[in-house]
Formats: sequence, C-alpha cells, structure tokens
Amino acid sequence: MRFEAPSTVDGAVALLAAEDGVTRVLAGGTDVMVQLKSGMVEPDLIVDIKRIPGMYDIVEENGGFRVGAAVPGVMLGEHAGVSAAWPGVVEGLGLVGSTQIQSRATLGGNLCNASPAADSVPAMIAAAATARVHGPNGVRDVPVEEIGTAPGKTSLARGEMVGSIYLPARPAHASDAYMRFIPRTEMDIAVVGAGVSLVMDGDTVAEARVALGAVAPTARLVPEAGAALVGKTVDAAEEDLRAAASAACSPINDKRGTIEFRTKVAGVLAVRAARLAAERAKG
Amino acid sequence: MGKMHITTNINGDETEFLCDADESLLDVLRDRLGLTGAKEGCGTGDCGACSVVVDGRAVCSCLMLGAEAQGREIETIEGVAHGEDLHPLQRKFLEHAALQCGICTPGILVTAKNLLERNPDPTETEIRYWLAGNLCRCTGYDKIVRAVQDAAAEMRGA
Amino acid sequence: MALDEFDSESRIFSAVGTRPVRPDGIDKVTGKAMFGADISAPGMLHGAILRSPHAHAVIKSIDTSAAEALSEVKAIVTRADFSDKVSRGNADVLENVMAGAKVLYDGHAVAAVAATSAHAAKKALKLIKVEYDVLPHVTDVDASMQDGAPIIRDDEIKVEGYSANVMSRSEFGHGDLDAGFAAADVVMEKSFKTAATHQGYIEPHACLGSLGADGRGELWCCTQGHFVARNICADLLGIDSTQLRVVASEIGGGFGGKTTVFIEPVALALSRKTNRPVKIVMPRDDVFRATGPTASSSIDVKIGMKNDGTITAGQAILRMQGGAFPGSPVDMAAMCAFAPYALENVQAVGYDVICNRPKQAAYRAPGSPMACFAVESVVDMLCNQLKLDPFEVRLKNGAKEGTKASYGPKWPRIGLLETVEAAKAHPMVKSALGPNQGRGVSCGFWFNHGGETSVTLSLSQDGTVALQVGTPDIGGSRASMCLMAAEELGIPYEKIRTTVVDTASLGYNDVSHGSRVTYASGLATIKAARDAKKKLCQRAAKIWCIDEEAVDWQDGQAIPAGQNAGGHDPLPFAKLCKSMGRTGGPISGHFEATPEGAGVSFATHVVDAEVDPETGATKILRYLVVQDAGKAIHPSYVEGQFQGGAAQGIGWALNEEYIYGEDGRLQNAGFLDYRIPVASDLPMIDTEIVEVPNPGHPYGVRGVGETSICPPLAAIANAVSNAAGVRLTELPMSPPRILKALDDA
Repeated sequence: MRFEAPSTVDGAVALLAAEDGVTRVLAGGTDVMVQLKSGMVEPDLIVDIKRIPGMYDIVEENGGFRVGAAVPGVMLGEHAGVSAAWPGVVEGLGLVGSTQIQSRATLGGNLCNASPAADSVPAMIAAAATARVHGPNGVRDVPVEEIGTAPGKTSLARGEMVGSIYLPARPAHASDAYMRFIPRTEMDIAVVGAGVSLVMDGDTVAEARVALGAVAPTARLVPEAGAALVGKTVDAAEEDLRAAASAACSPINDKRGTIEFRTKVAGVLAVRAARLAAERAKG
Repeated sequence: MGKMHITTNINGDETEFLCDADESLLDVLRDRLGLTGAKEGCGTGDCGACSVVVDGRAVCSCLMLGAEAQGREIETIEGVAHGEDLHPLQRKFLEHAALQCGICTPGILVTAKNLLERNPDPTETEIRYWLAGNLCRCTGYDKIVRAVQDAAAEMRGA
Repeated sequence: MALDEFDSESRIFSAVGTRPVRPDGIDKVTGKAMFGADISAPGMLHGAILRSPHAHAVIKSIDTSAAEALSEVKAIVTRADFSDKVSRGNADVLENVMAGAKVLYDGHAVAAVAATSAHAAKKALKLIKVEYDVLPHVTDVDASMQDGAPIIRDDEIKVEGYSANVMSRSEFGHGDLDAGFAAADVVMEKSFKTAATHQGYIEPHACLGSLGADGRGELWCCTQGHFVARNICADLLGIDSTQLRVVASEIGGGFGGKTTVFIEPVALALSRKTNRPVKIVMPRDDVFRATGPTASSSIDVKIGMKNDGTITAGQAILRMQGGAFPGSPVDMAAMCAFAPYALENVQAVGYDVICNRPKQAAYRAPGSPMACFAVESVVDMLCNQLKLDPFEVRLKNGAKEGTKASYGPKWPRIGLLETVEAAKAHPMVKSALGPNQGRGVSCGFWFNHGGETSVTLSLSQDGTVALQVGTPDIGGSRASMCLMAAEELGIPYEKIRTTVVDTASLGYNDVSHGSRVTYASGLATIKAARDAKKKLCQRAAKIWCIDEEAVDWQDGQAIPAGQNAGGHDPLPFAKLCKSMGRTGGPISGHFEATPEGAGVSFATHVVDAEVDPETGATKILRYLVVQDAGKAIHPSYVEGQFQGGAAQGIGWALNEEYIYGEDGRLQNAGFLDYRIPVASDLPMIDTEIVEVPNPGHPYGVRGVGETSICPPLAAIANAVSNAAGVRLTELPMSPPRILKALDDA
C-alpha cells in the first residue's frame, strides 16, 4: 500500500486517477481505518487530503457555508455560524461516535462511506446540501442524496473526490434538527435516523424537508413527509407526518433492529425532530 | 515497498520513526517506540483504550496512520505526569480508587485531561458523554466520574 | 466447613477498613504497568491463529504449503503438534484450543502461524487452505435438546427423552412440591430466556511463550491463574509442569473469562518448533468468537404464595447451553435459584446442553444471575398481583442462620435480611416515581469459594515485608493483602509490598475466581503473618532469655506476657528484623491450605428505570447495591466491585447478547454491536456495605466480587416491567423487544 499526502486538490485527483488498483481517500479515517483493520478493504493507495490548504476551512458563501472535507465534527460544532444556521447538521455529525471520533470524522467521509445509517446524511439531505466533487474532468456540485447509491457504494467515478460540502443560506424563522435511535446513549450505529429542516411562518410550517436514515439501502428524502407538514402546525401534522415517514421505510431485520421497530420508530423520530426544528425556528 | 520516514513530536520530544504505509499510530507507538501505555482493546475505535491527543484533540491512535503523524504534536499517557509530580487527575484516580484492572485508565486519563483543558467545570453529564468512547468494564464509571469532578475542582482552585 | 476461624466481634481494626492508595497505582496511572501485550523479547516471532468460518464441519484437509513458502513464516502448527496423551480433564480444553477432526463453532481454531511480523502472520493465515465438510448446526438451547437436532459430539443419549446434546441432568431440593402448591392462594408460572453474554474485559488475551525441545519454558500471560495455566499448558504440550515457569502479567479484566487457556499453548507450540519466543495477541473479534462467553438459558419457574406473602413452594427447571462442550453452569444456577428463600418445598432441576457455540467460560457468579432473574421476576409478579411490598415479602421468606438451603446445607451466620432491611431504609426507596417509571427489587446469592492457597511473607532487615502471593490481582487485591498483613503485624501499610510471584517461586495456587482472593489469600496472609509473629516472639524470648510462651505480640512489638516474664523493654518489629541474622537467621511466615470456610454472600439491589413507550428505550435513573461483605478490607474496592457488578448486570439486562445468524456465525463480534454500557448510559451507583462477619475468616471477610452481578437482571427486569406495565421475560430487554411487548399487550 502507498500513502500519499498531496498539497493540492489537483494533485489528489491526479493520484487517484492514475492508480489502477483500489484507492481510498483519507480524511478522518474513522471508517477507512476500520476497513483496513478488518481486511475488508486492501487499498493500493491511500490519499490523505488533510495537507491540502482549505480542507479545514469553513467559509461563508452566498449566505451559506462551504465546509472543507477535512473539517471534523468538533470543528463544525465549534463554528458559531454553522451551529446557528444548521444545528441539525451539526448534531447529525456530532452524534457520530465518541469524542475521539469527533476529532476526526467529517461530513464528506460520513457521506462517502455510504452507510445507510450515517448520522449526518439525513440531516444534510434535509438541508438540501450539495457536495462539491473534484475529478479528472473538473468540478461538479451534486445534491448529497445522489452520492450514496447502495450500502458502501457511491456515484463517484474513478479519480473523483469530495472536496467540500455546501450548506445553503437560511431565510428567517428556519431551522433543522436530527434525531436518531440507538440502544445505548452513545457509540452505536443509528437504528433509525430522522432529519427535518423547516421554514416557519408563525406556528405554521411554510417549507419542510424530511429525510430518513437506516430504513432503506440509502438515506432518503421523504417528500410525502415534508408535504404532510407544509401549511400546518407540527401538532396538526403529527399523525400524517408519522404515517408518511413510516410508509417511506423499507428496512431490513438485522442485529440492530427489526423491520417493525424501524418502521414505527421512524415515524416517532420524524415527529420529534419536526417539533425540535420548529421550536428552534421560532426561537 | 520501502518504509516511510516520519518526524513528529511526542510528549515534547522530537521523534523520528520508520513505519509501513498501512501501520496505525497505535502500532507505531507500541511496537516501534516502546510507548505501551496506549492499549489496543479493539482496534476499531470502539473502546478508547488507545486514546492519545494529536494537536490538542483526543483521538483513537488505532484509527490514525503512523504516516499521518508527520509534523504533528502528540501527547500520550507517558507525558501526562510532570517528572515525579502526578497530574491532578492521576492523583484523584488513585485517591478515589477509580481504577480496578487499569487497562482503560491511560486512555481515560488522556481523554479526561483533554476535557478539563477545554472545560474546567464540566457537569456530570458532560463528563459522562465526553468519556462515552472510553469503555471501562470494571468500575461502572461511578468512581471515574467522581475522580474527574474532584480533579476539576482542585484544578479550578475550588 | 471450617467456621471457627473468626477472631472476635469486638476486634478493633487499625489498618483494615481504611482506604489507602493501591500499591500498583502509580504504574497504572502513568502507563508503566505491564499488561499481557506490553512485553516483547529479543528474536520474538508473532503468532496468529486461523479460525473456522463454519459453525459445525468436518475438517477434511489442511494445506499449509503456500503459507510455509513465505520467507517470513517460521512455523505452522495444527492439532498434530500437541500432546496425544492429554489427561481426561483437559481433553476438552485441547479440543477447544485447537480443533481435531471437527470444528464445533464459528471461530474454532484450526491452525496457527509464527512469522517475523504480525502483518506477515496475518497474511500467511489467508494462504492456509482448509477443506471443510459442512454439517448442520444448532445454536439455540431449546432447539438443541429436541429430537432431530444436529448432534454435536457423540450420539449416545445421556438423559432420557432428550437429544444426545443434553449432557446431564441435576436436581436439588426438598419437601413436597404438590402439597406446597396446593397450600398456595396463588400459583404463578412463567418461562424466561437469557442470551449469552461475554465477560467483555477490555484487554484481549495476550501472551509471550518460549519453549525448548528439552521441555523447559517460560510463559508470560494475562491470566486469572498462572498455576492453572502452567498445568494445562504442560499437559497439552506433554511436558513437566514445573519445567514451565509462568509469570502473570497485569491483567486487564477477566471476570472469570481468563481462568483457562486459549492462545498460551499455541504460542508455546510455535515456540518449540522455532526455538524462538512467540507472542500472540488476540484480535478483538477472536475474543468474542472464541473465548468466554457465559451460557444462554431457558428457564421455567413456578412459585406458590399465600395471600399474606408466605411462599409455599418453588420450582425451577433450567436449561443452559455452554457451547460445544459440557460444563454449562446450570448446576450452580439450580443451586442458586432459591438460595435467598427459606422454603419448605423446593425443587430446582438443571439440564446441561451443548450447542455450536464457543466453549463457555466462567463469568462472574456463573449461572446465578440467570436463575435469579427468573425466580425474582416471578416473586415480583406475585407481589404485584397480591399487592404486597417486595421488601416485606423478602423479609418474610428470607433465608437466615439455621435455614436449610434449597441445595442442602444449613446456613451458618448470613446477612441476607440485613441487606433487605438496609435497602428498604435507603433514601432512594423514598424517591417518587414519575410517569413511565418503575422500581425493581431483587435479592441475589453467590457461594464464594476457598480453593488451594499458598502464601509466603518474608521479613527484611530494615523492618519491611515482602509478601508473596499466587493469586493474580484482578481488582486491587494487593492493597487488601497489604492491609491484612499490616493489621496482623502492627506495622504501616507502606512497609509491605505484595507481589504476585511466578509459578517457580511459590506453592500451587488456584485461580483468582469464586470471589476467593480476599478471603483465601487474605486468610493465608493473616496466618503467614501469625507464623512470622510466632517466630518473632521466639527471637524476643531468646534475646530476653525467657520462655517463648512468656512473650506476647501487641501493636507491632514483642512484649513480656506478664509480670512474671520480667521487666523487659518492648522489642519493636523493626528492631527484631534488624537483628534476625544474629538471633537465628532469616524469618519468613508461611501458610498453605485449602480453606473451607468461605462465607456465602447475599445482596439486595433496587433500581428505578424509565421506559420510553414510543421507542422502547430504557433509562436507568437510580441504582442501589446493598451487599454483605462480611468485613470490608478496603471499602473503596468493595464498593467498586458492587458498582462494577451492577454495571455489567445493566448491560446484560438491556443490551448485551450473542447474535447468531442462520448460518451459525456470530454477527456482533466487536464492541460496536456487542453493546456494553458506556459512561453516559449509567447513573451514579449507590452502594451500602453490610458487614455480617463470616465465621470462616479471622476478620470475617466474605468474597464480594461476584454476588453483585446476581440481582441486577431481575431487579432491572422488575423495574422495566413495572415501568412499561408489561412483563418482560427475555433478556436482553432491547428496545425492539420492549416495543413489541408493549404493542402485543
């Protein structure tokens, strides 16, 4: 295995594109290192992107925020602007793993690992975040929900890497929330996750995006759940939201939860996250 | 494939080592540098026994490559005491009997010290969540949390 | 039972009962302490073990040629490299350490490699080709007992009416069950299941072995018993036990799981083949797949009660699988099931069953927590139905001195009722419960153990003491030993150093298990100190030219026994030590025996829990442990045992379980999905130490390490059931299970 730590994005893309074997982009490494340890993946090349200037930056852009691909959870949480505008995205990434994981784990890594249970992904989908993808053919911006295609699989082509995540600007009276269910209080993979982003008009929901994690092969946007909220108070929308969220689930039985459990709790969490987002938006 | 030559700073000492590209920082510390205070309990970031601080942030050294350490500043359990003076956390862990077998203790001390450097007056809940990635199977955490609280109080001069 | 050892109720202690810093403390907070994996040796090779991916299969062939062709690979061993004359008692250990004709579970060892690096060893494993003939498997205890279940060992029927996987049946009890149930106003019957759980020590097994062709060797390992490790390794390798010197490293948790061997004989076999030291460190997934766990169980309980709370009869049928080998702890479970109760009519029946799972290892009070869970759940159901106070029912029916235990013996002095009274009076019991909250109470019992013990206490010229013990320190026992020696000799705690010495330096010692160390090594330490004191008195007599009977030992010095002995100035310990070369030579105290007065220990736990009715999530709000310690030598470490047992019980009750797939493979071989409690899961755990002296120990010590894990499963099940309003009968009470129970109710 080769280890490279290029100092430019172009350099990283060139290395990735030139390697015929298995490659891995290393940001926080909290998934890549586990794959190495288990022998699940035996990369020929690892490209550490943390030496590239800008990768640790969070910059304001068109009223929103561009988050560098190496920004770990702890830095995102320490950023006052992002925490105020996108508390749900911050808590989504913040729920990933321990203090130690938070020192390293990134939005981009969480996205590109393509786990259906990734905590930050439903929150980013609800936020209508986009990933900036750099590749041999240039740069493209991709809605985050189009990155993961199946467990462990992404739409990224050979030589491509995510350089940053863009969280859009927020109107007034808007906020978001992410909630997940895990058996313990920390350190588990989500059994169900729900991200909700709302724009409020008084007590009434004006705009809503709801996304669910761990209930399908990829985290997914649930437009029906968003529609259930629009034009109503969260209280009035509760039953419809719960039903729409549960109806969007096509989960599996596994060591972490049952189909019945995930389906039911997806509805519960969608409602709880919507309440919290509404409270924050009004706050 | 030849080995990588890495220069880093560990507990204040400029340190050079050779490692394989796929070698974890934990393996480098333990097997190449003789710093066996960091322990491998799982190798997958679930137990925290290998915790070290890199550039001021607590990390699992099993989830970091040795090669990533180039130019970084690393603090391990071996650097927590100053000469013969134990850090207040170390003293309080002994006073409170906050360890039984002691295998998780280095990782917990390194992580708790990192907490108190950021938050000198953490609540019980903040301590518990900060240390949630450090598994202890012996104590039930009660005496660990009390020791951290007591050390924090002493360090604040309370 | 030797129950006449206790000195006196009125003894005033000076060292015992204090809370000094443990002697190994600084090493453990600075990273200096040497655990199993922390040692290396010049010329060392790294070992790795190839394990079966199948739950049950015949090994048709093992082709090691491709692995051997790697230049880094120095040796490969299979079953053929171990002794073919292993004693009957160790045959199953060998079979577990390295598979013979069949693999019996996912993770069963089939071959091992020694190479110049851990990386190369791992690479070599992938090049070993094993051809398997896969057989049908069974991993559930009830399924394994049925006719037609895949047969795992031999097809001889041992217990009529069941498959050949049922290895034995045991029965305990007395009285007339039918008459007892007939006398009841309510008879409650319920069935329960518990999942297998792992000891979950944070330190994986690790060792460094060196063995020559001449049969002489050295072994460093993390173990609860290095003498036992020595004897088993010697047997498996066909060498003399005393030619193998075993050093116990610091041990990073055991809880019973490090009372046997797994990798140690393999490292030695690889070393013998290469004439180089070989180190093996188990990966975490191997720890889960191939060591521990405890048994899973299926239990039926039937209890009859009068309206006033009097229990008229109790019956428990227990079925436990302990992996692919006989020896599940079902006998002990059956003995413990009704131990907290004084019953006229009682029966407990146990079935020992094998399955395609790893060989169970002891786990903290083996068998008792599961039995306690089932019995105390039914007692709680009766209390609820008859609207009786759970403390009062336990006080009314509780075992006390003179009670005939369900498994035979008549209790000497015990402290069960004292723990119930203390729990009932605790402020926690007065705290109000909110919506979706419930309180659970349970008592629990463990036997405790004596075991073979040998101690030497050597005096030095500067008035200090080297205490040599042979029981690895798994929870602070060196501090306790120092305290007891200090107490007995009347010298400061700091003047004593306790060392867990190697197997060449002391007589045989059983493993650190059965909550025996503070009791047995403690008793041996006290007696070795008394032996040394006797010798010190002899020296004083010699110096004073008086009879040795005329010398007494008091407050750390020799004094004339009375006025007739003459007016001599006291001779302090340090002075006698300084002059010992001139007064007769070195002084050591010794003691070796198999103490038989281990005192049983009872506990009462109270827990408040809250259940989220929408998700089935449980939060432990408050937890109280009250336990009889007999006499707490170092109260901080006694409290630590109480808290640690409760925490492990919380994990067992709520989240921990071995999950097998349809393919018979373990699905959660890591701390990510084998979910032990993390710091944020738990509240502070209140403790109260009750001290009802054990008549079998000079200071009254009872073991405390194990009893603390007996009541939690039941106490939490009762709390959760009372909070949810529906009875939970299967562990773990995971959120999906609780939510389903709520939906079904």
